[in-house]
Amino acid sequence: MKILVLTYLLSLGIFFNYLFQNKTKKESIKAGSEIYQDFCVQCHLSTGIGVFGLFPPLKASDYLLENTNLSIAGIKYGLKGKIIVNNEEYDGLMIRQGLDNEEVADVMNYILNEWGNETTDFITPNQVSKIPKSLVE
Amino acid sequence: MNYFLNFTCCIFFFTSCAQENFPAIETPSAINYSFELVVDEIDIPWGMDFINESELLVTELSGILYRVSDGIKKVVSGLPEVYLRGQGGLLDVALHPEFKNNNLIYLTLASSLGDNPGGNTSLYQATLVGNSLEKVSLLYKASPNTKKGQHFGSRIAFDEKGHIYFSVGDRGNRDQNPQDISRDGGKVYRLNLDGTIPEDNPFFSSPKAKQAIFSYGHRNPQGMTVHPSTGAIWVNEHGPQGGDEINKLESGKNFGWPLITYGINYSGTSITDKTSNPKMEQPFYYWVPSIAPSGMAFSTSDIYKGWKNNLFVGSLKFEYLERLVIEGNKVVKREKILDKIGRVRNVKQGPDGYLYLGVEGRGIIKIMPL
Repeated sequence: MKILVLTYLLSLGIFFNYLFQNKTKKESIKAGSEIYQDFCVQCHLSTGIGVFGLFPPLKASDYLLENTNLSIAGIKYGLKGKIIVNNEEYDGLMIRQGLDNEEVADVMNYILNEWGNETTDFITPNQVSKIPKSLVE
Repeated sequence: MNYFLNFTCCIFFFTSCAQENFPAIETPSAINYSFELVVDEIDIPWGMDFINESELLVTELSGILYRVSDGIKKVVSGLPEVYLRGQGGLLDVALHPEFKNNNLIYLTLASSLGDNPGGNTSLYQATLVGNSLEKVSLLYKASPNTKKGQHFGSRIAFDEKGHIYFSVGDRGNRDQNPQDISRDGGKVYRLNLDGTIPEDNPFFSSPKAKQAIFSYGHRNPQGMTVHPSTGAIWVNEHGPQGGDEINKLESGKNFGWPLITYGINYSGTSITDKTSNPKMEQPFYYWVPSIAPSGMAFSTSDIYKGWKNNLFVGSLKFEYLERLVIEGNKVVKREKILDKIGRVRNVKQGPDGYLYLGVEGRGIIKIMPL
């Protein structure tokens, strides 16, 4: 009987967890790939290598992989002025694309885990919502 | 021998595929012009029009309309709500042909008005009073809304017969929008200056059609101007990779996207193997490789030596202004002007006859003959 109740409670727990949880990492990456094709691919290209000196690479990019919050802020608010990516200077303008927090999280999860990029971080909409504009000003 | 033939055929095949469309772009041998900055610090100066020789209106994509007087910019208030998404935002601005008497202006912008989530291109009219807009009225709103980030168009032009033309891109839905005249997107529209639909529009009497359509089968027209002698409306439009086009518009004509194109997908895969169809129009000119054209103007003044009646087009991709020399019905020469100046978003001839460019990250510059 004890085991039965325990099993019942456990399955109830799993069920509710399933109902109310946000996207899994895999689902977020998949949604992010669609956002990428729609908003990012024209400059950063489908290979993620960008255009040397003009549009910075995302693949194996130290800027992206070593400071996630800065990249989130760039996507969320837009990015202007000089940045150094893999020892090359980029002095361009990435306009704010008008993505909501969930879309920013999804596309971040995609670019952090595509083209050989790898991370154990999982970016959530909640995390995106807390990134301040001051990071990129 | 056979092997050799195959080999040369292969070489020919690959080189011919990669070949630029004639004529090749040239760098001028002597540069007899420079430029001066007339309006500074505008990130994306998308549209502009001139009130007089010292005053102009400039749109910034992020949703700001500036009135610039002698180089000093003031923000114009009273703008309708702008939907910022991908390539969408505040787009073109144009003065009514009788602006001096009525102070009317037109704006195209991405708008989220309507039921579906997302946005689509809209045309507004408003009265400019000092630095504010009054009597703002919506003349056209493309539907349905979509959250896609691409291809809002949009440019505005006027003919001599009391019509306004504006473009809307395919909104990232090439399979449904451009070839269907019952849907918005991938079209150039024609309205009377008060926003009513002219009865002689090509699809005015077609029950299911959007009556405002003037031409269709477009991808993303971001340049539009009137030919100085024929009065015809010319547009340039972004193709996919390869296959940007200049088209001369005619009422009711189909410009073929996406059924015929000289371009391919960004991924390198083919869209269609067809570049022509007897029921569809050929471009006046197409660019291979793509230059990402935006803005378009004819130079009609005598200010620049040898440039009279040439066509000027901004290149976003290669960051120069392109000068096209047209003889008969053909482009016979293409030249880079102000190479590496930055992403050229717009070009217009001012009332003083000078050429003005909207350059991303800089603002508005004026080309000065030396």
